[in-house]
Amino acid sequence: MRNITYRGIEGNTSSFYSIVAISSFFILLGLFAAYQMEHHGHVITGMDNQIVWGIPHVFAIFLILAASGVLNVASISSVFRKTFYHPLARLSALLAITLLVGGLCVLVLDLGRPDRLIVAMTSYNFKSIFAWNIFLYNGFMLVCAIYLWFMMERRMQRYYPTAGLIAFIWRLILTTGTGSIFGFLMAREAYNTAIMAPLFIALSLSLGLAVFLLVLLTDCWRLQCPLGDKVLHRPKTLLGVFVATVFYFVLVYHLSHLYITGRHGIEYFTLATGGVYTVLFWGGYIFLGTILPLLLLYHERFTHSCLSIMAASMLTMLGGFALLYVIIIGGQAYPLNIFPGMIVTSSSFFDGVSQHPYTPSGWEFMLGFSGIAIFVLLTMLAVKILPFLPSSLADTDLDPELID
Amino acid sequence: MNEEISPTPNRRDFLKTTAIVAGITVAPGVLLYGVSQAKSPDDQTITAKKRWGMLIDTNKCVQGCNECVNACITEHGISENVRPDITSQWIRKVGLRDKQTGKEYSLPLFCQHCEHPPCVDVCPTGASFKRVDGIVLVDKHICIGCRYCMMACPYKARSFVHETLKNQKPHSPRGKGTVEACTFCVHRIDKGQSPACVAACQKSGHKAMLFGDIKDPNSEISKKLSHVSSTALRPDMRLNPGIRYQGL
Repeated sequence: MRNITYRGIEGNTSSFYSIVAISSFFILLGLFAAYQMEHHGHVITGMDNQIVWGIPHVFAIFLILAASGVLNVASISSVFRKTFYHPLARLSALLAITLLVGGLCVLVLDLGRPDRLIVAMTSYNFKSIFAWNIFLYNGFMLVCAIYLWFMMERRMQRYYPTAGLIAFIWRLILTTGTGSIFGFLMAREAYNTAIMAPLFIALSLSLGLAVFLLVLLTDCWRLQCPLGDKVLHRPKTLLGVFVATVFYFVLVYHLSHLYITGRHGIEYFTLATGGVYTVLFWGGYIFLGTILPLLLLYHERFTHSCLSIMAASMLTMLGGFALLYVIIIGGQAYPLNIFPGMIVTSSSFFDGVSQHPYTPSGWEFMLGFSGIAIFVLLTMLAVKILPFLPSSLADTDLDPELID
Repeated sequence: MNEEISPTPNRRDFLKTTAIVAGITVAPGVLLYGVSQAKSPDDQTITAKKRWGMLIDTNKCVQGCNECVNACITEHGISENVRPDITSQWIRKVGLRDKQTGKEYSLPLFCQHCEHPPCVDVCPTGASFKRVDGIVLVDKHICIGCRYCMMACPYKARSFVHETLKNQKPHSPRGKGTVEACTFCVHRIDKGQSPACVAACQKSGHKAMLFGDIKDPNSEISKKLSHVSSTALRPDMRLNPGIRYQGL
């Protein structure tokens, strides 16, 4: 088996410094927004007592799902022994850590009391899936770090498949936990379903692979690193499979809701009368995030172009974001049914309205984008310091033994 | 003078030092444990033998009357009133019409103090908790403001403090960035008084709210519950709320 050589990136380039500067700028903006939210309270955001989780949560969950999904490239190589993916495993585990850090930062900075993070780390209610998630997220970072170490340290190579297996199982539990945050909410009609867990696992797979392909293509294009068609062919096909899998779970979710008479209201809201949520579902998720990527990935006319793979990855991410927006915010915008069989004639707390309004504020966007910026900055610094990227991914440089 | 320095400390010194270090380390913990376990005279009355509850007679609750809401606002110093979508509402009046019969109802809605509260189940830090006598509260010191309890409450009974608070009442501490809800006026209950909303309803002459210990078969509320038909809100969720509605 031919040895794979890895490289770091050249730090003394204008593009490196530009990316570091831009991401640092966005991180500062996010910190400023967090300070404002802490100082004035959440009154300055678009969130209120009806829409309690806003767009920062969409960003955070997007990044957390992508984090667990991006590790799949490494898992395919070590757990499923598809050695073809082996050269990409280091980058995959690195991105898992940096994406998760970005997502968690947004989640923490949006808390009403982010200064009490230590309380969240020391005071636990083990019946809460949220408390379990705190363990799962922190543990995931540790597991990924050990996995990376075993991959990069020659003496530890024999333990590398075991570490990979643990990381793979951990990520499945983690995404089950993230989906269950919503699945366990029995009060709200949009949630309260066990399918949330597999739906989130599927979404994490598609988002993770889309982020991975985007980073890989951007990196190779920026550094003029050769990237062969064969190297791209498999993950590209896999991305299509993941996009279709998400669609399958979304379909089952809606079909089961349509079957339950008590949930016709939320379905009618999401699919027909929900305004921005309906537009985001059909236009954002179904058209831009599912149909277009599948077309770009599988249609003979586009399938061989790097550009179409890049576009498909971006659209998958956009569609995933739209779907999360519909699930997280749309699920709250649809009013709670506290009095079945009754019409609410008056209420000072917006009971019985057709929809709770929500307009995200600039502060929330600043916080959300800072999560992405944290991911970019950490990734750039890591690939600068340590050799995460294979020197060449050209088809000719690829070890024939790796093509299984 | 040459004094021989022993390379190893003698056993007695070692044991003495160890004992002192152990004492210094453990003593504050023991002291603090004692402090944390200390009970005020008020705590002595909190017992699982009681379960505080309320029966609301919707036939007596008058549409347009806001006495209970105003009493709550005054009692707890909920003075901020900038935007109705962010202002805390521990109790609200709701008007209803039956879809089938057209009959109209008016009722107050607030924390239902469930036996199996979803807000307590989901709270990651344990800030949401149920007292042994059935009152569901938020420990403002360990609430991190994640709002998961607000997502979980089927009655939308909780509010998040969105802005800086002024003129707080010492008996009802609140906190920016934390979640709050009806406390059942726990500070009054522990003094043997009824909640402010109940007192206000009584004073107005409507007498639509009856408060008491639902575990005590001789209490007025228990006697009434045993012979009038009442219902809980969303009984399908099987949360067994402490608040029952008559005539709904």
